[in-house]
Amino acid sequence: MSTDILDRPVADADQEQAFVTLTVADQLCGVPVLGVRDILGEQTITRIPLSPEEIAGSLNLRGRIVTAIDLRRRLHLPSAPTGTKRMSVVAEQGGELYALLVDSVAEVMTLKSSAFERNPPTLSPTWATYSTGIYRLENRLLVVLDVAKLLAFAEKG
Amino acid sequence: MDDLLADFLTETNENLADLDVALVKLERTPDDTDTLSLIFRLVHTIKGTCGFLGLPRLERVAHAAENVLGQVRDGMLVVTPDTVTLVLTALDRIKAILAGLAGTEAEPVGDDTALIQQLNAMAEGHAPAQPPPSAAVAEPEPEPATEAVAEEPPEHDAPPRQPNAPATPAAATSEVVPANQTIRVTVDVLEDLMTLVSELVLTRNQLLQLARTQDNTAFTVPLQRLSHITSDLQEGVMKTRMQPIGNAWNKLPRLVRDLARDLGKKIQLTMLGADTELDRQVLELIKDPLTHMVRNSGDHGLESPAERRAAGKPETGRITLNAYHEGGHIVIEIADDGRGLPLDKIRAKMVAGGFATEAEIANLSDAQVHRFIFRAGLSTATDVSSVSGRGVGMDVVKTNIEKIGGAIDLKSVPGQGTTFTIKIPLTLAIVSALIVEAGKERFAIPQISVVELVRARNATGRNSTDQQDGSESVIERIDGTPVLRLRDRLLPLVALNDLLRLGPADTEAQSAYIVVAQVGANMLGIIVDRVFDTEEIVVKPVAPILRHITMFSGNTILGDGSVIMILDPNGIARATDVGASAESRGNVAGKAEQPHALDQTTSEKTAMLLFRAGGEQRMAVPLGLVARLEDIERDRIEYSAGAKVTQYRGKLMPLVPLSSELRTDTPRQPVLVFTDRDRSMGLMVDEIVDVVEDRLHIELSSARPGLLGTAVIAGHATDVIDTGYWLTEAWQDWFRGTADPAAEKTGSRVLVVDDDDFFRQLVAPTLTAQGYRITTARNAAEALRLRDAGVMFDAIVSDIEMPDMDGLAFAQTVRADGPWQTLPMIALSGRAEPRDIEAGRDAGFTDYVAKFQREALVSSLRDCLAEPIGA
Repeated sequence: MSTDILDRPVADADQEQAFVTLTVADQLCGVPVLGVRDILGEQTITRIPLSPEEIAGSLNLRGRIVTAIDLRRRLHLPSAPTGTKRMSVVAEQGGELYALLVDSVAEVMTLKSSAFERNPPTLSPTWATYSTGIYRLENRLLVVLDVAKLLAFAEKG
Repeated sequence: MDDLLADFLTETNENLADLDVALVKLERTPDDTDTLSLIFRLVHTIKGTCGFLGLPRLERVAHAAENVLGQVRDGMLVVTPDTVTLVLTALDRIKAILAGLAGTEAEPVGDDTALIQQLNAMAEGHAPAQPPPSAAVAEPEPEPATEAVAEEPPEHDAPPRQPNAPATPAAATSEVVPANQTIRVTVDVLEDLMTLVSELVLTRNQLLQLARTQDNTAFTVPLQRLSHITSDLQEGVMKTRMQPIGNAWNKLPRLVRDLARDLGKKIQLTMLGADTELDRQVLELIKDPLTHMVRNSGDHGLESPAERRAAGKPETGRITLNAYHEGGHIVIEIADDGRGLPLDKIRAKMVAGGFATEAEIANLSDAQVHRFIFRAGLSTATDVSSVSGRGVGMDVVKTNIEKIGGAIDLKSVPGQGTTFTIKIPLTLAIVSALIVEAGKERFAIPQISVVELVRARNATGRNSTDQQDGSESVIERIDGTPVLRLRDRLLPLVALNDLLRLGPADTEAQSAYIVVAQVGANMLGIIVDRVFDTEEIVVKPVAPILRHITMFSGNTILGDGSVIMILDPNGIARATDVGASAESRGNVAGKAEQPHALDQTTSEKTAMLLFRAGGEQRMAVPLGLVARLEDIERDRIEYSAGAKVTQYRGKLMPLVPLSSELRTDTPRQPVLVFTDRDRSMGLMVDEIVDVVEDRLHIELSSARPGLLGTAVIAGHATDVIDTGYWLTEAWQDWFRGTADPAAEKTGSRVLVVDDDDFFRQLVAPTLTAQGYRITTARNAAEALRLRDAGVMFDAIVSDIEMPDMDGLAFAQTVRADGPWQTLPMIALSGRAEPRDIEAGRDAGFTDYVAKFQREALVSSLRDCLAEPIGA
């Protein structure tokens, strides 16, 4: 069975995973589609005073309060220019909803495991912490984000 | 668990609760046949069901209790307190067995023979003299329990669940079986319904908000209808969660009865408004606090019958519970007509417990003192009784009530009693909140903690003429700290902008709004930029990542769909007290709350004598320097060579006026007496104000001779006098003349290490006057630099509490190696507990002297230096 799969990398049985692709500071990233609850356009976000830096605020998603996380700040990237319209990817963690603020969200891509590689050891510690690996696409690279880790504030504060 | 067993447990527990109430009622009105029948039936039902379910132990106890009641019903036995007590004991046993049953699904093992024998003896008509407790008092009875069962007529062995078995009118039966049109629904279902309805209310609010912006759309009418239905639905669902507060009270008659019996008091419990309904979640949460408070009222509040007689009151003390609705809240009053709160005891406790100094207490109103009972560790019960005083105090009650967004206050009149008032929200799910704006952000403040709103102007200058232009209040500032005069009181203010770091306030705005919030015993004004209206909001917990921000109690979605944070006034009060110097706001309470934190972050406290001389300005001198306070009759002031003197202890003591503007119209002259060896001098002042403990930190140094500078002491700017100056005013050779001959001979060199300017200023001249040659160092590092530079001393006097390297570390370093290794070292510290002294010795100090014990320091130095000289 296993040799079978290896022999036929394109077959249905191959390890394929669908990702929501997004960009943050010009870097293409992906989030496993099964972990995504919603994609939101520009939202009104309420600032939360005294909150950790990466918390952008909270927003109302159909009657539920969602904590918005600024992915740029979470990844120690420069802040987005003011006035930029940003989108959010909503994910759930421990029964709570979180919105990851990203620069833009593109299509859903189904990627084969043959194109997957572990993080290069030289990757910066921040990215290495929040990424599970890299997909080689035809003309660019896609970083797979570890949503659980991005939202695990208790450990990473 | 077996469904049948579960149902049995639920039902039996309900029956038992009813029984408690009914039995106490029966005790008061033994002739009430209806109550008696009810009791009999309830016990009978329990017994019957037990037999049916095969629970022999329960059945035997219930049966024996039923026998007694049967005799009472048949008129063979008269109801006495002993009868009731015994039956109640049996019921307690049943409860204990039921508890075991609920835990293990099997009857717990135990021996009820003694209890059953007592019950049987009672049923036989021999009233047992011994107390009912379950101790195995095996009074040999001729008939064992089994026989008692056997001789019981079959009437009582009727089949289980036959409510009509006793021959009572049918009318009474309907009481036992209340409305049978009820179903049991698990609480979870109701909770889910409530959540859904809350969401629906929010959605409705959003729709209404949208509709307001548009005129006459096709949606207007259906929307109105939706709105009404939603409101009705909300009300309906709320009702399912509502329970009469009487449910939380039904244990109280029994409790009060037992309490009265234990304490030998006569107590009458009156319960008003028992049918006032409130959310069951809230009900559960206030049950224990209420029980505790009623117990307190009975135990501490009410006097013994003898005391009451002596006070001219009826022997029977009254505890009154009253519940009613008021503006979306439930108000519960627990009143007793007892002795009132002991003000003196509370004040003494406050001082003893370090909650406040005497000076601070003097400024407190009685009501403020009363509220100190809500402080942890402040129980006024002098002895721990079995009833209360178990360390669970009113602070726990207060915390529990505040947890559900409630508030507690009290009124107490000596000799007339104490009334506690609890105000709690009807429900926890939906609260009314005031929407405010600060720094362009909106926040919700729960209405329950808002006392009033004040519109105030920002004071532009110090000129007070502004105040004349009308009723508008002005925010005044003390060194940047905003305060507001509100009806003869100074209200501490906190700007939400600063607190939440929202950026600078809108400086163009000439006025601001102040939300006056009640936080426990204190009032706090929260400055906001704008105030909107109030809204019903659904409190939602904040995300776990934000839980550490104590200033928010939750968040919510407003009618317009935006998310806003709900402010927690308690959290705000805590944050401001910890974050800033509490006494600068005159906030005694805040300071007391964090005594340890403050002690660690600031220098130690010093006892200071406060007085006035030549004006209203408060002045202070470290108490340790003052030998005595005297009050000399004015005609005993004499003159010697033009200077004032008085005869004091057989000698002439020079008197020095601290000010040229001293009052002379009083018959007596207060004098601070300073003594050194056989010399004394008196410093004349106008009035001794108080002795307080506070940190001595001189903020402004003074150019005026005789004053060291100004410090904030007990919340007031206070001039600290330079005692050295005044001593030389009296005796120009004060210091020289008393110099220690030994020191003078040797001219011993002493290094004084202290981070505090004041202490250095004080210690240095004192020791110089003794003939020592003094070098001072501001910290350990500076001292060690002297050592490394090769400077040599004969002794070192060092403070313990210093920044960076403290005195202990300094001593260890000195003792480790170097030329100073063997020098005598004297520790100076505000803390002179045995533990501290030991720590000092361990670190290498030769001696340990409390700060301001000038004599002790001088003699310690003499001893330390004498040794090597003598050797």
